[in-house]
Amino acid sequence: MPDDRTITYRAAVLEALFNEMRRDPNVILIGEDVGAAGGVFKQTEGLYMEFGAERVIDTPISEAGAFGMTVGAAMTGQRPVFEVMFGDFITLVMDQLVNQAAKVNYMSAGQFSVPLVLRTAVGIGANLGPQHSQSLHAWIAHIPGLKVVLPATPADAKGLMTAAIRDDNPVIFLEDRMLYNMRGKVPLSEHFVSIGSAEVKRPGDDVSIIATSRMVRVALAAAELLADNNISAEVIDPRSLVPLDVDTLVASVKKTSRAVVVDGGYKQYGVTGEIAATIAEAAFDWLDAPVIRHGAANVPIPFSKSLESLVLPDAQKLAASVAELLRGSR
Amino acid sequence: MTISLLDRKTTLSIFDRMLMMRYFEEAVLRLYNERRFASHFHLYIGQEATGAAVLEALGDKDLICTTHRNHGHLIGRGSDPGQTIAEILGRSTGLNRGRGGTLHASDPSRGFLSTSAIVGGCAGLAAGAAFGIKTKRETNVAVGFFGDGALEEGLVIESFNIAALWKLPVIFVCENNSAGAIGPQQGGYPTAITATDSFTRLPAAYGIDCVKIDGTDIVAVYEATTEATRRCRTGQGPAFIEAFTVRWPGSSPLWPEPATVTDLNEAWDPTRIKGPHAAWVRDHDPLLRTARDIVAHGYASQDEVMARDKDARTRIEAGATFAIESPMALSETVYEHVFA
Repeated sequence: MPDDRTITYRAAVLEALFNEMRRDPNVILIGEDVGAAGGVFKQTEGLYMEFGAERVIDTPISEAGAFGMTVGAAMTGQRPVFEVMFGDFITLVMDQLVNQAAKVNYMSAGQFSVPLVLRTAVGIGANLGPQHSQSLHAWIAHIPGLKVVLPATPADAKGLMTAAIRDDNPVIFLEDRMLYNMRGKVPLSEHFVSIGSAEVKRPGDDVSIIATSRMVRVALAAAELLADNNISAEVIDPRSLVPLDVDTLVASVKKTSRAVVVDGGYKQYGVTGEIAATIAEAAFDWLDAPVIRHGAANVPIPFSKSLESLVLPDAQKLAASVAELLRGSR
Repeated sequence: MTISLLDRKTTLSIFDRMLMMRYFEEAVLRLYNERRFASHFHLYIGQEATGAAVLEALGDKDLICTTHRNHGHLIGRGSDPGQTIAEILGRSTGLNRGRGGTLHASDPSRGFLSTSAIVGGCAGLAAGAAFGIKTKRETNVAVGFFGDGALEEGLVIESFNIAALWKLPVIFVCENNSAGAIGPQQGGYPTAITATDSFTRLPAAYGIDCVKIDGTDIVAVYEATTEATRRCRTGQGPAFIEAFTVRWPGSSPLWPEPATVTDLNEAWDPTRIKGPHAAWVRDHDPLLRTARDIVAHGYASQDEVMARDKDARTRIEAGATFAIESPMALSETVYEHVFA
């Protein structure tokens, strides 16, 4: 695109917020330290200066109360973006999210919708320990009525935030904090990425690596390593878990006959299992090997660097497992 | 015994709402006993004076969030009895096309947001509706109804703080229906499991204007609500009203005593009152009390009161018939409205 520039992932999300708040006076931002402080990750910097305290609203440390209020505001004409400071704290709004926001449209037979975005920062790797490192998106994706979005690049971050704010449903927008400084080309003008559209991030023929959020970067690095061994890996980013672009995933698997799923959430009962099962149901006859999965290890995320680095998939481990898969099935 | 000080028109309007509430609930109970639906349900019988007088004091544009004990609020606000019973019976003609049932029946056309069956959930939603009102610089108010048990939920306390911080135009109406409990819970006040000896101390700690009133007295309820709406409409919200009211025995399933069937003639002929709770019915049934007050105050004759009684019964019965004759929610609609 002619107006592309290179900016960070953090700036890309922020740009979408600025644009949407300028475009629609009903868009407001609600959260802890989002105002004058500009966010603990500087992810809301400048919004308060432009839009003021009426639209950039600092709440007490009362996630349940503030989010409950946000749901009510969304039902009555506002389009709030609610920020949960750390993804782990989503547990504090779970009742309002699961029992109110997700169900209002259905329970009212479409008479009320809940157009809100819940954004939060997730991701292992910043030595934050067990209560500040988790990626709990599988838990949310389990609930009908919630859309779940995980942008992996700056451009997707802008395009998906734009789409999330304009969506008439509750959209959970998970930003990997380890991507905040990632730089990439992002259109300066309005940029919209449809929620529910996967993207092939790297074409390939031998294996489909389906990766989410920061794991896309890991998968692309693994694909480079595999290319050195003459293995052609296709990397696909679903970009949203709900809705899931099953067609794009299945089309890739039908081409490559092998699938590996990588996600930053816990492996047990997680996103990787759901996607693997979806592929198995839709493309079993095309598979030459079992679908394999990589996720966060099934332990609380440890603090120490020496331990933390063990619990998350990395490019070497991923590449090795893909090579092993191909050795067994070629 | 209070003699009504409200004007005739207001008093009779509140009374009509109470009649509709009472006969609606008696119809629900009958339909349940006829096995026309199977569900937990929570009757409003005994609390009519609170709901009816609060609703009377509200304007058409005010917004309401309520609880699992929601039937009275809906009917008292004018929701169609047929569509409301149809929702409780899971019919396609229900307010929410059978998706909500008794626990979640809502009527946006009358300002009802979701009915939350999560105890205290309505407090957050009501604060949010008030936030929306304030943001749009409108002068309507949001009302959150809940029972005394909701004061045990953290969300409610958080909502008090947020509403007070931002001066939201929200009225929290706590229908304290444990206070006068009879039957197995008699004498157990407060039946709520809490260390506080006064619920109003909780919102008061945040500077919220609080009143405690007799929830069976329509005058007290109407005046308290009118004052609360005045405060909210002039930017002095929020407000908290604790209305002491009484739940009728027979609120299934935790309180499985037979409900008495209302006979308004008992208002002026107490000798007709029979059964294990006769003393309570005689002295505290808000319907009988209000009927007596209306006649004593010369607002209507006994015959005129009985004519209103008959009219309410007729409307409820027509609604029940409509609901029973409606088809069940249509199977092809099951996946509709998961998303907007």
